[in-house]
Amino acid sequence: MNWSWILPPSFSTVSGDIDGIYMVILWITGITFFITEGLLFYFIFKYRHKEGRKATYDHGSTKMEIAWTMIPLVIVLWIGALSKGVWDTVKVDVPPAGLEIIVTGKQFEWTVTYPGPDGALGTSDDFETLNELHAPEDQAVVITLRSEDVIHSFFLPEMRIKQDAVPGQDITVWFEAIQPGDYTIGCAELCGIGHTTMNGTLTVYTAADFEAWSSSQAQQQQP
Amino acid sequence: MTTQAMTAGRAPMPGMKVYNLKLGMWIFLLSEVMFFTGLIGSYIILRFAHPEQFAEPGEVLNVPLTAFNTFLLICSSVTMVKAYAAIQQGDQQGLKNWLLATIVIGASFVGVQAYEYIQLAGEGFVPIADLYAAGEAHGELIGGQLYGSTFYTMTGFHGTHVSIGVLCLCFTYWRAAKGAYTADSLGGVEIMGLYWHFVDLVWIILFTIVYLI
Amino acid sequence: MSTIEQEMVRTAEGGHHDHHELPFIRKYIFATDHKMIAKQFMFVSLFFLVIGGLLATMMRWQLGFPNQPMPGGMLLPDAMMAPTPNGAIMLPEFYNSLLTMHGTIMIFFAIMPLLVGLFGNLLIPLQIGAEDMAFPRLNMISFWLAVPAGILMLASFAVEGGAAGAGWTSYAPLSASGEWTGVYLGQQLWLVSLTILGFSSLVGAVNYISTVINMRAPGMTWFRLPLSTWALFITAILILLAIPILAGALIMLLFDQTIGTGFFRPEVGGEPLLWQHLFWFFGHPEVYILILPAMGIASEVLSNRARKPIFGYHSMVLALIGIGFLGWIVWGHHMFMSGMNPLLGTSFMISTMAIAVPSAIKTFNWLATVWKGDLHLDSPMLYALAFVSMFIIGGLSGIFMASTPVDIYIHDTYFIVAHIHYVLFGGSLFAIFAGITFWYPKMFGRMMNERINKIHFAFTFVLYNLVFWPMHNLGLQGMMRRIYDFTQYEYLAPLQPMNQFISICVFLLVATQALYAFSFFWSMFRGEKAGNNPWDSNTLEWTVPSPPPHGNFPEMPVVYRGPYEYSSPESEKDFYPQTQPPSKPPVQELIPEPVTPTPEGF
Repeated sequence: MNWSWILPPSFSTVSGDIDGIYMVILWITGITFFITEGLLFYFIFKYRHKEGRKATYDHGSTKMEIAWTMIPLVIVLWIGALSKGVWDTVKVDVPPAGLEIIVTGKQFEWTVTYPGPDGALGTSDDFETLNELHAPEDQAVVITLRSEDVIHSFFLPEMRIKQDAVPGQDITVWFEAIQPGDYTIGCAELCGIGHTTMNGTLTVYTAADFEAWSSSQAQQQQP
Repeated sequence: MTTQAMTAGRAPMPGMKVYNLKLGMWIFLLSEVMFFTGLIGSYIILRFAHPEQFAEPGEVLNVPLTAFNTFLLICSSVTMVKAYAAIQQGDQQGLKNWLLATIVIGASFVGVQAYEYIQLAGEGFVPIADLYAAGEAHGELIGGQLYGSTFYTMTGFHGTHVSIGVLCLCFTYWRAAKGAYTADSLGGVEIMGLYWHFVDLVWIILFTIVYLI
Repeated sequence: MSTIEQEMVRTAEGGHHDHHELPFIRKYIFATDHKMIAKQFMFVSLFFLVIGGLLATMMRWQLGFPNQPMPGGMLLPDAMMAPTPNGAIMLPEFYNSLLTMHGTIMIFFAIMPLLVGLFGNLLIPLQIGAEDMAFPRLNMISFWLAVPAGILMLASFAVEGGAAGAGWTSYAPLSASGEWTGVYLGQQLWLVSLTILGFSSLVGAVNYISTVINMRAPGMTWFRLPLSTWALFITAILILLAIPILAGALIMLLFDQTIGTGFFRPEVGGEPLLWQHLFWFFGHPEVYILILPAMGIASEVLSNRARKPIFGYHSMVLALIGIGFLGWIVWGHHMFMSGMNPLLGTSFMISTMAIAVPSAIKTFNWLATVWKGDLHLDSPMLYALAFVSMFIIGGLSGIFMASTPVDIYIHDTYFIVAHIHYVLFGGSLFAIFAGITFWYPKMFGRMMNERINKIHFAFTFVLYNLVFWPMHNLGLQGMMRRIYDFTQYEYLAPLQPMNQFISICVFLLVATQALYAFSFFWSMFRGEKAGNNPWDSNTLEWTVPSPPPHGNFPEMPVVYRGPYEYSSPESEKDFYPQTQPPSKPPVQELIPEPVTPTPEGF
């Protein structure tokens, strides 16, 4: 049973940023949690009814109201400002692609389309894998995300990537893995009876290994 | 001191200085504003997102006929105002007459709208995506199913509100016939008027957005 | 006299003077008395609360003991549970229906009618000094619309294809056509049921708003209203404006499913994201509808049991208004991952961060109310304190998901489920327990059983936290929501023991509620008899008998002060009722001049 509030390890170029914001929020909310709950329990204990106790007749304090309005406001807006930077990095500033692929979700599988040796999508040497995404490390993998039927959500937990796949739209999502290994693909939006089975594997290779895999796949799937 | 004397001596908080029924009707109409905002807002969003599925109003819709219908509905608002003015003077017969006029014109509006629907459906303009596509395949139609879907939903719900209004007008007429309303007790007529004018106002907005723009 | 003058006289006369007993059917079934309607809402909603809990229990069986035969499973039809030699195993389609209906029933048929139908009806007329609601017959209609809505919702389990299975959020296109879920009629019944319930809520809102505006007793100015009434008033405004948007969306989706329109169906050129925008434009105000009355109840109970004025009454009112207002511009935070323009995401993040502030203000004011009070730790107070404690957690966890980059990871995971339940169960439901216990004597003339309530509180508080706290961790480990069998994911398999632990705690938690149910029914017959004001409270409902007579106040009450004058130096006792005339001369301008009716009118 894992009670830790530290996020599990992550292996993409944005992990540090996202996990960093998370930690900032964890510290701030954690300290607030201990102070407020601590005070609450302390007050319950200290001011519980005892013979002869009288409550203080106090309607409030404008100074306190201003203080506990402005301080939280400043804190949350600061968190928002920090977050915006990371959000733009992930969602707005799509880097130049090392590899462009298409991921199509449908009930209940992910189809990944690769450009093949000519490096261009939409040509006859494109090949596909089912529920597997193979990618090279240290290159931006830029995905055109589609759905054939209902809304799915493309989730790469270890890359800290999530994006809904909406039928009728092409949505861009990207990641750059920093370490070879086997990772998880998941569907994070209820998509029907088989939602639970839409899991897959993300395999990250060194650049050389990826080339090798890619060529052999292209050959195998030659029309 | 008796309960009655003591309490009658104290006026309650004046609130909005508006009696309950009227306040309630205003508040209810606020919710109706939100309802039509949702429908019309969706239409506007869909029209911007998928302009190819829509068409210039005159290409599909019968604008002159509906313009006439709009005129009818505005007339019925005038007759409603006359009905209220009548009972403010205590004129029971006038109230009944003008209510009847409002009913007839209101019902005519619904009738013309029904006629319009039948005409459009005959040309293949329907809210059913598959049938619309079939009509398109024959080169008969312009636009896409979103046009039909939004058109019939917006105008249909408005028409339903008019129809319900006509039924309420009939109820109001029945009560007027029994002499329930006087110059001092005309809340029921006033709130009927409020509803009717609201329905008219929604139509003017709807007509502009759907038929003119 | 004009209509308004007639009405003013009628209200001034205070209470009905017809002393004949109403027939059973008019008194108990088609009741127009707000107190009876409140009880009707209460009984029906508590029933649905139990149903919602049972649905969750079944879900937790599958999550705690995946793909294992469920006890009692053989009693359910084959469409829900697949029979095997060892017993019946849950099918994924039934699991999807369970999660959909658990959310739907808890939100629409339990929490909302308890907070708004029960407490709105019970408290508003009494606390403002009115004889009943502005429109008693409309009030009756409100209840009797909710009942068929509930029946339809339950009936949907029995139809072919089963109950709705697209989540309580019913995203299109999954929900727009049965071909995606296998659910046809069930999905349509869901839509019709909620549309009818929407009407019920809407007419209720019209009633509440009109009543609070127009029917306050003399001296009951806006800033002398109890916070519970304020909260219910703001909630009613939210209902008035949000429900029609939902109604429009439900109708459009129903048309997509039945007539064949294509509002949300991309295969015929529709727009799935439009559903999300419409739903959440309603949905976010909805969650404030679910918490605001709870905040109001907590304020009442905390102030009374601490024998201390609410700290910062004006700020508390402004915070309620602030939450109500800001709640309209944050809906996009449910859609950060939806494919919406990222710039929009940033603007929704800012507004969402901002709305944390009024909730924080309220929390600090509750803490300051308790500080230096004289805390009577009886069961309503314990529930109310737990509300504050759990709401802090729910509110703080919200900050994580408000941050768009963090939401990338935790969206649609159990972290969100934890947040939802900390605010809805830890928050709203604990406040409901506090409120039912506190106003029980006013409803039934007897006190609840303190001993049993305290035991219920202790077990519920501990078990509840054992269930929902670890869900934060499950989410942080990456466990998605609405997932029938998470063991399909290798990286989630280690979470099996924690899920099992949670499930066992859920079974115990649900069983514990029997204690409150027992206390509830036992106390009706054997509870200690209660006088007018067993809690030594200041607000107007405690100036009349428990339960109050039809018409509430024999004489028009006059209000002289605010509702939280506890431990005031101007009173010999530690409370100072709102309607008690002051020993010093009153401030003249706050009480209207007595007006004597003349034959010509006012």
